[in-house]
Amino acid sequence: MIEYPQYKKPFYALSKQNSQKVGFSFIRLITLVTILPILGIIAYIVFKGAGSITWEFLTAMPSDGMRAGGILPAIVGTFYLMIGTAIFSIPLGIAAGIYLSEYAADNRWTRLIRIAIVSLAGVPSVVYGLFGLGLFVLFFKFGISILSASLTLSIMTLPVIISTTEESLRSVPYRFRVVGVSLGGTQWQTIRRVILPQALPGIVTGIILGLERAVGETAPILFTGATFFLPHLPGSPMDATMALPYHIYVISTQVPGMPSGIQYGTVLVLLAFVLGMNLIASLIRSRARARRQW
Amino acid sequence: MPEAKITIRDLYLRYSDGKEALKHISLDIQPNAITVVFGPAGGGKSSLLKVLNRLIDLSDVEEMSGEVRMGKLDILERGLDVVGLRRRIGVVFSRPIPLPLTIFQNISFGLEVAGMRDKDELRARVEKALKQAVLWEEIYDRLDDPAASLSGGQQQRLCLARVLALEPEVIMLDEPTSALDPVSTAKIEEFLQEAKKDYTILLAPHNQQQAARMSDYAAFFLQGELVEYAGGSDMFMNPKDKRSQDYVQGRFG
Amino acid sequence: MKRSERFIANSIKIAGSSSILFILLIFFFLVKEGLPALGEVSFKNLFSLRWYPIEELFGILPLISGSLVVTLTSILIALPLGVGTAIYIGEIAPKKIKEILKPTVEIMAGIPSVVLGFIGIQALSPFLRTFLNLPTGLTALSGAILLALIAIPSIVSIAEDALYAVPNSYRDASYALGATQWQTIWGVVMPSARSGLMTAVMLGIGRSLGETMAVMMVTGNAATSFAGLKSIIMPVRTMTATIASEMGEVASSSVHYHVLFFIGIILFIFSLIINISSSSLQGKTKQEKGQVVS
Ligand SMILES: Nc1ncnc2c1ncn2[C@@H]1O[C@H](COP(=O)(O)OP(=O)(O)OP(=O)(O)O)[C@@H](O)[C@H]1O
Ligand SMILES: [Mg+2]
Repeated sequence: MIEYPQYKKPFYALSKQNSQKVGFSFIRLITLVTILPILGIIAYIVFKGAGSITWEFLTAMPSDGMRAGGILPAIVGTFYLMIGTAIFSIPLGIAAGIYLSEYAADNRWTRLIRIAIVSLAGVPSVVYGLFGLGLFVLFFKFGISILSASLTLSIMTLPVIISTTEESLRSVPYRFRVVGVSLGGTQWQTIRRVILPQALPGIVTGIILGLERAVGETAPILFTGATFFLPHLPGSPMDATMALPYHIYVISTQVPGMPSGIQYGTVLVLLAFVLGMNLIASLIRSRARARRQW
Repeated sequence: MPEAKITIRDLYLRYSDGKEALKHISLDIQPNAITVVFGPAGGGKSSLLKVLNRLIDLSDVEEMSGEVRMGKLDILERGLDVVGLRRRIGVVFSRPIPLPLTIFQNISFGLEVAGMRDKDELRARVEKALKQAVLWEEIYDRLDDPAASLSGGQQQRLCLARVLALEPEVIMLDEPTSALDPVSTAKIEEFLQEAKKDYTILLAPHNQQQAARMSDYAAFFLQGELVEYAGGSDMFMNPKDKRSQDYVQGRFG
Repeated sequence: MKRSERFIANSIKIAGSSSILFILLIFFFLVKEGLPALGEVSFKNLFSLRWYPIEELFGILPLISGSLVVTLTSILIALPLGVGTAIYIGEIAPKKIKEILKPTVEIMAGIPSVVLGFIGIQALSPFLRTFLNLPTGLTALSGAILLALIAIPSIVSIAEDALYAVPNSYRDASYALGATQWQTIWGVVMPSARSGLMTAVMLGIGRSLGETMAVMMVTGNAATSFAGLKSIIMPVRTMTATIASEMGEVASSSVHYHVLFFIGIILFIFSLIINISSSSLQGKTKQEKGQVVS
């Protein structure tokens, strides 16, 4: 047998398959670089903060210029802000989402509404803060208060709720609307009894994600409702309040000599708050998907 | 001839894409009979049915004119109480579309939106409707299951039952058996033959055989025109118009 | 019955239009509080290179350049990472891994910026200082890295949607011609998803430009003027950080107060341009009515 000299590719000329292999590895690497820092950050915060989480930390007032004691007023304040934001943004957001999905004609006014929503979604959070200061704090004279901050956060949250509501409603097949109307239902009756219940899990998910974002925001409440320190819990919506995100800002930049345990503990509480909401949202979504009949 | 249940005069319909779906139709629909509306695809059958209970309001229409009356009621009137109209003229679609609710709720929906609150009354009406649609025996013990859990044939009878529950005067069926097997088809046809003594029935049939089998009266639609309207046997044994002749004898379509 | 139906429809319509009202209100109050700045501060002063409010020096150029440096650097980091991750999730990853990655990206989106700022102070800045041997770790680069973490999730999800929208028939056609998956991704999928990817980039820029807390906490907050590439490793001060850190200390209706609102106007206009133009890039989704009666 004759041995033909075999043509050998230089090592750097990759075959199609090999270049794919290299490419894929590269993309995998990029994904790792993207994902790992976040997981690392979460793990790090849990690691450094878990030791500080005691019953007292969660339920006591701060003491010694916030360098000791607990963070109860910040937790309660964040909770109040969340409730306040929910009260204003949920009804309005759902109604607006229903309008866009069910009632709005495809005309210029509707397009204008859509542009407005997109714009609202893009307004920087600190600009919301300025707006809240101008409108609620000063013009309506609500002062630096839970009310002003909640209203500001509500408007910021609105686009999220509107868009998810609209999207969830649109994903419910059109034929159900035709059937509902053909059986003598009015448009609203059909929406309320048939369409909304089907869209509800999606809407709730959107609400939670919207509130999650509101709860973690600092800039919009900086000059509308947040206060450095409060020796008692806020007693009315007209009071200013402490809040977890602002408190984190304060104890990590404004208070010298903060024990790092308290810092990490506070960060961990906020993180747990936010990720907990995220988890609930995903659970609702996946359960609803499993149950869906269409 | 008894007085017509629905009179249609010079009905014209053009969708906003410019398509003329009904070109000046005049037609008397007789009570207590099955009127079959048939013809090749795109002839305007569904459009006619949609006009009659004003489901056409959900479509983009450019022009609709003429006169359609049921008794004293002017069906094309702008400010008409369409909700009331739709309770009087029920419709079953070509594909079973159960609402994503329970079996019971599918039937009680129409009654509840009409304002019926009394639980016992609702239950009685649901039971009656299911019995009429020959479905009660099969499912009476699982009324609270999702309607989607029924078989296709059962679902279509459920759709029929929820129309019957409203005690309408007119029942329209748009190719109601096109998604069904022969046995389920036979059940529905049987029901219709039985029900025509109480209702006015309009049927867009699934095929020629069904058209011939079921029709007391038949209207042949071709590209938006009403070509011929006659008694069922005349139409299928002895059509007058050349075009209906060709179609009935299977020469085109 | 009929009247309540009309009442509901009208309320829903009003709610639907509320977004237009809000965006106008935001604009109105920014202008109301910010426009006086133009009368109180000379043009020359306002567009000078020195921001030193105590001496009535209100040059906003260093703030604008600070924002741009941080934003552009962050996009340079976030773009390849975000798009690469989207490619991995959308085109390459096995289903199981995808199901882990997607929620992880969502979690990433949910982490409050103040938490990232805190980590920036605690870990990132000290690391960068020793690693790059800088006098301070509080630099534009630290801010940009945090901003990248914030921008990545939106880039990933929009880019992924864009890839998903490319019909599978395109991919099949490419495979039929003997292309590998890798070649198909670069040669067919990415080009078809171009406008969606553009949207992802623009919204990423929008997110970065408007972000406040993380940037404020780690960029050192010195209003330095632009110094070429070197700016990246120098302390900077962005527009958002300036508003957030100074608004709390100014008397309302002072010149300084008006100028801060004026900066708000600039941010608002930037965000409008970015969001409206990128949303016009995106195709709108319309509900398929389908044939119910046919
Ligand atoms: N919503 C609509 N918008 C525009 N055109 C329509 C619409 N619905 C129907 N058409 C058109 O009107 C014509 C009549 O349609 P229609 O559905 O009434 O016919 P049909 O006789 O029921 O046909 P088939 O046998 O296919 O069910 C067709 O050309 C159709 O394309
Ligand atoms: Mg039809």
